[in-house]
Amino acid sequence: MTSLGFAQAAGPGDFVAARSQMAFSLGWHIIIACFGVGFPALVLFAEWRGIRTGEVAYRLLARRWARAMGVLFAVGAVSGTILSFEMGILWPGLMQRYGAVYGFPFALEGFAFFIEAIFLGIYLYGWDRLPPRVHLASGLPIVVAGVASAFFVVAANAWMNTPRGFRLVGGRVVDPDPWAAMFTPATGPETTHMILAAMMVTGFAAAAVYAVAMLRGRRDRYHQLGLLLPLTVAAVITPVQIVVGDWAARLVAADQPAKLAAMEGLYRTGAGVPIAIGGYYSGNTLHGALEIPYGLSLLVHLDPHGVVQGLDVVPVTLRPPVTLVHLAFDLMVGIGFALLALGGWLAWSWWRRRKMPATVWFLRAVAIAGVAATVAMEAGWVTTEVGRQPWIVYQLMTVREAINPAPGLRYGLYAVLVVYTLLTVATIAVLRRLARHPVPVAPQESDVEEYSVI
Amino acid sequence: MSLADAVLVCLWVGLTAYALLAGADFGAGAWDLVAGGAARGARQRDLIEHSIGPVWEANHVWLVFVLVVLWTGFPPAFAAIASTLYIPLTGVALGVIARGAAFAFRKNVEDLAQRRLYGAAFASSSVLTPFFLGTVAGAIASGRVPPGIAQGDVLGSWLNPTSLLAGVLAVGICGYLAAVYLCADATRAAQHDLADAFRRRALGAGLVIGAVALAGIAVLHADAPRLFAGLTGRALPVVVLSTVAGIASLGLLLGRRYRLSRITAALAVTAVLWAWALAQFPLLLVPTLSIDDAAAGRPTLQVMIIIMVVGAVLLVPSLGWLFWLFQQHPTGKASRTGH
Ligand code: HDD
Ligand code: HEM
Ligand code: HEM
Repeated sequence: MTSLGFAQAAGPGDFVAARSQMAFSLGWHIIIACFGVGFPALVLFAEWRGIRTGEVAYRLLARRWARAMGVLFAVGAVSGTILSFEMGILWPGLMQRYGAVYGFPFALEGFAFFIEAIFLGIYLYGWDRLPPRVHLASGLPIVVAGVASAFFVVAANAWMNTPRGFRLVGGRVVDPDPWAAMFTPATGPETTHMILAAMMVTGFAAAAVYAVAMLRGRRDRYHQLGLLLPLTVAAVITPVQIVVGDWAARLVAADQPAKLAAMEGLYRTGAGVPIAIGGYYSGNTLHGALEIPYGLSLLVHLDPHGVVQGLDVVPVTLRPPVTLVHLAFDLMVGIGFALLALGGWLAWSWWRRRKMPATVWFLRAVAIAGVAATVAMEAGWVTTEVGRQPWIVYQLMTVREAINPAPGLRYGLYAVLVVYTLLTVATIAVLRRLARHPVPVAPQESDVEEYSVI
Repeated sequence: MSLADAVLVCLWVGLTAYALLAGADFGAGAWDLVAGGAARGARQRDLIEHSIGPVWEANHVWLVFVLVVLWTGFPPAFAAIASTLYIPLTGVALGVIARGAAFAFRKNVEDLAQRRLYGAAFASSSVLTPFFLGTVAGAIASGRVPPGIAQGDVLGSWLNPTSLLAGVLAVGICGYLAAVYLCADATRAAQHDLADAFRRRALGAGLVIGAVALAGIAVLHADAPRLFAGLTGRALPVVVLSTVAGIASLGLLLGRRYRLSRITAALAVTAVLWAWALAQFPLLLVPTLSIDDAAAGRPTLQVMIIIMVVGAVLLVPSLGWLFWLFQQHPTGKASRTGH
């Protein structure tokens, strides 16, 4: 047993391993989960247009997207299940004390998953068995449940940032109030921001697939629609997302000042604080950053002389790792504005010429936007989660108090890494295969009917 | 019945549903493993794929349901179980990933080598996952999970006679349920030779389960005396019911009465789970943690009950539609499109 490393209790290696395992499996799941939230609406819209107009391109798009959705849902469901286990395998201290308080949104999420999975089965396998309108209607619960499940699970995360809905008496939770725990100050901006992020990721990523195909020379109507429909949705959402991000930042400033200070790399509490872009943090200073004078005070307080709290008032052991949080935040915001510019380009061209921009640079930009939106979403999560360190429940429980002390935890991480490597390779291979399945140059009625969704 | 008992009953209903529905999906996966070479086994694999394709994701959610109800309703029990049994539970989680992903991928690749690879991953994880779940059940039932965080032996808690017995039984039960269900599906699709093939498997699996269960009496007597006392005491009528239903199911199978055999098989499995619950009532973690001690505060239990009632109102008709729709045409013959 000693040789297995199971004899010693959990050491620092296990602590790092547990955090890495959680971060890795969540960061993986969330990409797929975005499609679970955003894709059903796109598929349904294409199907609806297909029924309304009878146009072959829409109908083929709907079928091909639905097939990809089936694969993504399966992968999302199984990669989500391990997260539920990990809440207890890795963080039993958190669940033991607070499960009764913030478990409630997870329980509601469970019901949302039921609705999603049931109607997904009906929708996919019922494609050729149900009358078109009934079939279309059977997809609506998937849209609602997908958005609802994102709301519930992010509400649970919001609780970790701004815990509410209970009293602590001698370290024990009394008077749990699950409703209050679900609607904490962070719930509004976090859930909205995430649901919009999911739609942006889905929209830009789906458009990117067609941008790549168009760069390879397929410029027919099918590919144009495949690009324009998701791109329009994502481009419309982007400015809203930036406003919501601003809302989120203001609440972070109010409720989690240490996180805001880390996001901005701000050491000294003061008035008239600039916004610092880029750079790295060491020895209590941010080096090499570009500064916009008064920017941060303006953003947080709408007043150039507003006071913003820095890390100097936070005890050294309770400070999050600054450089990572700061750069992740800047990356997200930077990509947000870049995507806004891309949407602006599309809108301008549409307004002037009723067409999307003709240059290949536009297609290249759209192809990159798919990856960029995903990176922004991951960077946002790194900001949120790493910026909360060392707390698992802000100012109430540290990650160290929550971890499973059982020996050998790191082997779990190794196993997870191996399985996920295979899963990643296989998922990409299967999705590429679906995308490459040739689309006829001028799709006919028969091409639609012969493309099986399951 | 206290509020906590009511929540636990809901949890146990969820566990039963998971065993009966997802258990059969796992069993079907296991039969995929032994369906024979690519050409010979193709029809069996098709039947398996069509039977579980539309429903496995919904069936799988019962597991998620059990987890979230456990951690919200009985947080200390969840923390104790997950921290002590983290190894088999990681096995379950990875098995779930391999099974679901490989099943979804296999349909979407054409070349034979890849199909074989995914098929092998699908089938072997369909055996391993119920095995690990069985060892977890055995660990809890034999009182090897003490309350508190990681207080039990991380290896001995699930590597012991009762856990191994439960693991093997779980695999066998999944296989039996699947074979019986598939007999009925094959008959409805008028594929009588397939029905016969699955009938032979079901009979084989049934006999194996019977033998293991008989041997299990001795194992439990020696290894888990408290559980044994409970099962032969208060829970005895339910144990007898399970045995009778199991034997009846085998008899009905012999007589090719597949629908009735299905119902009795499900009854036998249900009775096993409820006998276990009855045997250790009112303890959640034998020998010290009672249901009431583990339960969350009253407000939490109340909202749990409310959402379960509301949830049931939404779920029952939805699930009904799903199962009804695909019981109509189990092989998808109604669709105009093929592969
Ligand atoms: C497509 C993705 C995307 C884009 C373009 C943006 N964000 Fe974001 N952001 C997220 C995706 C995201 C996220 C991944 O969804 C996070 C993680 C947690 C959350 O609620 O949303 C997030 C978190 C997050 C937080 C932390 C919230 C917390 O810890 O409670 C702030 C302050 C912002 N964002 C602010 C912004 C601003 C000012 C943006 C302006 C450009 C912006 N985000 C663009
Ligand atoms: C919405 C649901 C989420 C919940 C409930 C949640 C919960 C948790 C928990 C319990 C931990 C471990 C304790 C800790 O380190 O604070 C953690 C860490 C972490 N999570 Fe999340 N998380 C969620 C979403 C995400 C997503 C989508 C990502 C994407 C990348 C993510 C990234 C991370 C990272 C990077 C860590 C490690 C932080 C560190 O140790 O420095 N989280 N999360
Ligand atoms: C921001 C974070 C998250 C979002 C938006 C999200 C969303 C989703 C969605 C939409 C699905 C449905 C399957 C799919 O669409 O592919 C799903 C599956 C799942 N997620 Fe997540 N999830 C997040 C994080 C988490 C976390 C932290 C947990 C658990 C602690 C979790 C647990 C699950 C489970 C158990 C499933 C499987 C349900 C099923 O079988 O259908 N998710 N998630």
